[in-house]
Amino acid sequence: MKILVAVKRVVDYNVKVRAKADGSGVETANVKMSMNPFDEIAIEEAVRLQEAGKAKEIVAVSLGVAACQDTIRTALAMGADRGILVETDAELQPLAVAKLLKVVVEKEQPDLIILGKQAIDDDANQTGQMLAALLGWSQGTFASKVEIGDGAINVTREVDGGLETVAIKLPAVVTSDLRLNEPRFVKLPNIMKAKKKPLAVLKPAELGVDIAPRLITLKVQEPPKRQAGIKVDAVAILVDKLRNEAHVI
Amino acid sequence: MSILVIAEHDNAVLKAATLNTITAASQLGGDIAILVAGHQCGAVAQAAAQVVGVKKVLVADASHYANQLAENVAALVVSLAGGYSHILAPATAAGKNTLPRVAALLDVAQISDVIKVESADTFVRPIYAGNVLATVQSQDSVKVMTVRGTAFPAAATTGSPASIEAVAPVADAGLSSFVGQQLTQSDRPELTAARIIISGGRGMGNGDNFKLLEDVADKLSAAVGASRAAVDAGFVPNDYQVGQTGKVVAPDLYIAVGISGAIQHLAGMKDSKVIVAINKDEEAPIFQVADYGLVADLFVAVPEFSKELDQLKAAG
Repeated sequence: MKILVAVKRVVDYNVKVRAKADGSGVETANVKMSMNPFDEIAIEEAVRLQEAGKAKEIVAVSLGVAACQDTIRTALAMGADRGILVETDAELQPLAVAKLLKVVVEKEQPDLIILGKQAIDDDANQTGQMLAALLGWSQGTFASKVEIGDGAINVTREVDGGLETVAIKLPAVVTSDLRLNEPRFVKLPNIMKAKKKPLAVLKPAELGVDIAPRLITLKVQEPPKRQAGIKVDAVAILVDKLRNEAHVI
Repeated sequence: MSILVIAEHDNAVLKAATLNTITAASQLGGDIAILVAGHQCGAVAQAAAQVVGVKKVLVADASHYANQLAENVAALVVSLAGGYSHILAPATAAGKNTLPRVAALLDVAQISDVIKVESADTFVRPIYAGNVLATVQSQDSVKVMTVRGTAFPAAATTGSPASIEAVAPVADAGLSSFVGQQLTQSDRPELTAARIIISGGRGMGNGDNFKLLEDVADKLSAAVGASRAAVDAGFVPNDYQVGQTGKVVAPDLYIAVGISGAIQHLAGMKDSKVIVAINKDEEAPIFQVADYGLVADLFVAVPEFSKELDQLKAAG
């Protein structure tokens, strides 16, 4: 089985993101960038399937600026076999990403595509589902467990009230939730090895895809800050305040 | 303009998140139709017909809609989409699973987690875990969007009954099938619908100690939640999780017990009306957002809190 994994370069999850003063976007100058954490889980799952003898080849794909090569190299260091960057400086929204990935998928013919369930920058949670729709494939989103069977896979999904298991036909799209696995730490020798793995660069124009944004961002701002309240000294005072001041119990 | 809202339900009960979505739909202006796709889901259709603002209920009843498989529900929505200017679903696990599929098939963008309707084509949505809010304008002919329930009040269910129409199912795509589910059994309210929530963090020490919170929850008709740290430590299942990677809640009262207040947790509860923090570390960031903070050992304070509630009840 061949697995394609999509990885996104995002502002590192430890960075406290701030809106630019003019409201045109968020401050990304001199900010640490990393692989989207959900995508690390996606790569890890693919590598574990390969280690278990279920997958032959893993291709890591990223879309965006030239620096996304770093993100792909991280995926290669984790165990992906080769990388593809669809390079553009243009803003890419989920529908455009799904369309570009569809073209890559048609060339690569993977049996399984794994993506993070959402990116921690735009929090869209759309690309996997959109890609599955455009390909006419099945989808197993928010996966916490993936079991490969014969021509189909069982995906256990995180849903609002607990867990749900669906059987989906291959080829399929799976999106990873947090509990799917714990990604490995990359070891230095693997980082060195990753530098030698093949990485192809494509341009959206070569793929013949319209990537024009469908949503215009008019304004980006920080929500009003919540003010700290008061400290109380005893449980009895707390209960009294909740009852007689806040009127919530 | 006309708006299609996709109902969230389990074939028996119309889920509360649908009512919040209908309020968002009514702010767009235009006739609202609600789609109930399910199996033997007549009771849900009846309930949907009672919601104030709903003009028409469309029911697609087929066995392959029983479990809300995204491949099948999306195909159905697309078959009905002609003529609608907006298609809305709650931003729940089901809505998030299905709606991007609908949008892609219609070749339009999807707008996730709308928290404010500015106009028929302009919406506010949180990005970066709610640390930043983006105002976006759609260029598409059809606006497909998920609605964050906590940002809109629930529509009333006291309307004069809307008409109910059966619509033709689309054939089973045969791509996926439902195998089973393990839902958390609880008599307490669901996290996203609860008026009061009491949540525990790593400070709880272990899963057994959550009984302390359950005891308080039962006295307040509250739901029990947890921080990601508590879930990762294995104290409670993941569906308890409140935060960026869990559920986003905004109850009248949120009681955070033994929770330090990581950014990712605050993202899930900072819109609560009243926040109480009980933590022995007075430097914990949770106190910066709490209306009432109590610096105390939770293993002393929570049982005491429970006793105080008994006294309140006894005093009437």
